[in-house]
Amino acid sequence: MADTARDPPPEQTDFQELEDGEDLFPEPAAAPEQSGPASLPAEDVSTNSNGPKQDSLFDDDPEDLFAEATEEVSLDSPERDVLLSDGPSPAITPITPPTSVITPRIGHAHDDMFTHSSFDEIEEEEGGDSFDIHIAVSDPEKVGDGMNAYMAYKVTTKTSLSVFKQGEFSVKRRFSDFLGLHSKLASKYLHVGYIVPPAPEKSIVGMTKVKVGKEDQSSNEFVEKRRSALERYLMRTVKHPVLLKDPDVLQFLESSELPRAVSTQALSSAGLLRMVNKAADAVNKMTIKMNESDAWFEEKQQQFENLDIQLRKLHASVESLVCHRKELSVNTALFAKSAAMLGNSEDHTALSRALSQLAEVEEKIDQLHQDQANADFYLFSELLGDYVRLITAVKGVFDHRMKTWQKWQDSQMLLQKKREAEAKLQFTNKPDKLQQAKDEIKELEGKVQQGERDFEQISKTIRKEVSRFEKERVKDFKSVIIKYLESLVQTQQQLIKYWEAFLPEAKAIS
Amino acid sequence: HLPHSTHTLGTRSVSVDLNNDASLLIDIPDALCERDKVKFTVHTKTTLSAFQKPEFSVPRQHEDFIWLHDTLVETEDYAGLIIPPAPPKPDFESPREKMHKLGEGEATMTKEEYNKMKQELEAEYLAVFKKTVQVHEIFLQRLSSHAILSKDRNFQIFLEYDQDLSVRRKNAKEMFGGFFKNMVKTADEVIISGIKEVDDFFEQEKTFLLDYYSKIKDSTAKAEKMTRSHKNVADDYIHISATLNTLSADDSTFYLRLYKVEGRVASDQELKLTELLRYYMRDIQAAKDLLYRRARALADYEHSNKALDKARLKSKDVPQAEEHQQQCLQKFDKLSESGKRELTSFKGRRVVAFRKNLIEMAELEIKHAKNNVTLLQGCIDLLKSN
Repeated sequence: MADTARDPPPEQTDFQELEDGEDLFPEPAAAPEQSGPASLPAEDVSTNSNGPKQDSLFDDDPEDLFAEATEEVSLDSPERDVLLSDGPSPAITPITPPTSVITPRIGHAHDDMFTHSSFDEIEEEEGGDSFDIHIAVSDPEKVGDGMNAYMAYKVTTKTSLSVFKQGEFSVKRRFSDFLGLHSKLASKYLHVGYIVPPAPEKSIVGMTKVKVGKEDQSSNEFVEKRRSALERYLMRTVKHPVLLKDPDVLQFLESSELPRAVSTQALSSAGLLRMVNKAADAVNKMTIKMNESDAWFEEKQQQFENLDIQLRKLHASVESLVCHRKELSVNTALFAKSAAMLGNSEDHTALSRALSQLAEVEEKIDQLHQDQANADFYLFSELLGDYVRLITAVKGVFDHRMKTWQKWQDSQMLLQKKREAEAKLQFTNKPDKLQQAKDEIKELEGKVQQGERDFEQISKTIRKEVSRFEKERVKDFKSVIIKYLESLVQTQQQLIKYWEAFLPEAKAIS
Repeated sequence: HLPHSTHTLGTRSVSVDLNNDASLLIDIPDALCERDKVKFTVHTKTTLSAFQKPEFSVPRQHEDFIWLHDTLVETEDYAGLIIPPAPPKPDFESPREKMHKLGEGEATMTKEEYNKMKQELEAEYLAVFKKTVQVHEIFLQRLSSHAILSKDRNFQIFLEYDQDLSVRRKNAKEMFGGFFKNMVKTADEVIISGIKEVDDFFEQEKTFLLDYYSKIKDSTAKAEKMTRSHKNVADDYIHISATLNTLSADDSTFYLRLYKVEGRVASDQELKLTELLRYYMRDIQAAKDLLYRRARALADYEHSNKALDKARLKSKDVPQAEEHQQQCLQKFDKLSESGKRELTSFKGRRVVAFRKNLIEMAELEIKHAKNNVTLLQGCIDLLKSN
């Protein structure tokens, strides 16, 4: 493992961090400090730029898994300060090499993982309907007052999986905890090709209303929307066989106290930096031209582009549907009132009665429309929103692959240059310099190899992830659409009931 | 660019008991739409000797109907009758505007989506078209089934005259100058409620009609809004189905059909409920117009009384004043008598029409909902079995 001690050039490190960043802390000073091997107690607490630690003791998949699980942001990562202030998840300790980070929890996982010979097997065990974990987010409770107030949610986990200490347990979490969890997962896994489910979006407006204590329908709706989104987020995260075993995830679900994630504040400097970096990111993406040797990737990328467009379109249409359905409900209610007035005004008794009945039916129907609009929204529209964000994560993962490739290419070019320089040095009489050149070349050769391995690894991971994603998507959509259709059926059956009750009233007019 | 002609529309939706008298049967079997001008083919079958032929057809435009209506309104002899409300002008504005928007948005839609939207719009055009034919037809049938109005000379001309009526229309305008029509309509409420009513029947009718009119006007507007919202929902389903189609093969099929049913619910609702309310709103306005005319006649009579008293006091022009007073009284009595008849039968007609339409609407709602359940359940089963 020693030979993997590398000095990632500070710029490169930062560059990597920037790309991965959901939350970045401007810590340019940190990088150069820790870049020398001497300051790294163990080089495997390497930066993200080193990729997964398959170069450590183990060299195949299960070990990857394990390595992923414990790989944490390194000392020279800008995240360090954040995480240290968050309180460590076991894997955070920068001192310990991954292989020895075996906490009681990981111990369980450790056993499981080493008895499996492949990632795929683990996947199969967790996947499908035998997947036994259910998370509920409930009981939103306002804590505190004024602008410092926040909503606390109860997170209840029910499971029979052995990676957990108990079968059923609850904790209280606030929104920034979820964001903190996501940022940790993103920093660990995105750059190696795992599709990390994005966290629900922040909403300054929505939250302000709640903080300020506006107890109206729109703020209640906001809280419910958020609660539901948080639940879906957690379920999606634990459905991922790798993420499920991550100590941060386990801590999030199980531990009663969680240090507050600081860098997720909406308008913090970190937030601003993030925005700037994302912009820089976009520019960088455009300049990488990769020689795609693998048609699969090109194809998939195109597919995801198309999927993105279609999903956004669909999302927009469904949002329009929700809006129109709500309008329909309002207009039906107005009509019902008007029909009631008309019935009162009608001097023919039986007709008057029938009109009043009509008004009542329409009033009930208005309620139906409202309920249906909610179903439209919570079932359908929110799912689509989730997937639009997920696709962004998928696209991000493809981008990371490109960057990994770029890095490998850069190392290769640098190696080439060094070789040329060395060749030149051969003719001069500078044995020290020559030796230095030879040392550098050796180091670079290792780097190039690592780069190639990283690239292959991320490509491999992405293939798996994409296939898992597609399966999940189909399942997800299917199950939601079935639920949605069932809600529509219910509405229609209610309509039948109402109109069948009205019919004799209409017939009774004489 | 647009449909064309339509054949008989089946049951007349908003009015009943029309076209039963075989001595004069009228219908509009055909109509043509060119740009916005609709040409109606008015078809008459009659056993009455007043007509030259037993069966004949003439082409008529909307303006001809208005001319006919106005001449009837302005005929003094008919002051005591409820003149059937004039059919509203054919209004293709809404579907036309939508078609325009669709054309603009064509680039953003898939071919399938565009075609579906276009289909829906064409159906909407057709529905507007059918509606306008229906409403013109009912107008004529109300006339033909009225004991007095069916004998009107202008009505006969309208049915029979095989030349263009536009010349007559212009002349008529000059002759009458839209006398009654130009009277301050808004003032009629004041006048109606202002007179001292001696007759209980009319007192009740007045109260009822004034109140009912404002209520039904409100209901009509709200029903229209409700129906429009329903159409919007149906349109959304078109877009959703098209996009789902692009995404995956199975899911879309139900949406493809659901939008159709939702759309149909919207248009059936339109026909039954909204049209019913709209029609009777106009009819009630016509009834109010009758009350107004009677009120004016009463006012005239009261004036003539005063004038007679004055004349007697001054002992000047008494016979004229007496005659005038007699005329006014006669007119007023005639109006009251026929008015009573008209208003009573109007109520009966209204109740029957409401009953028929409410029943039909409820039945359609049930039918659509049942279809929807079958459709949806089929899709659910299909999805679950995969």
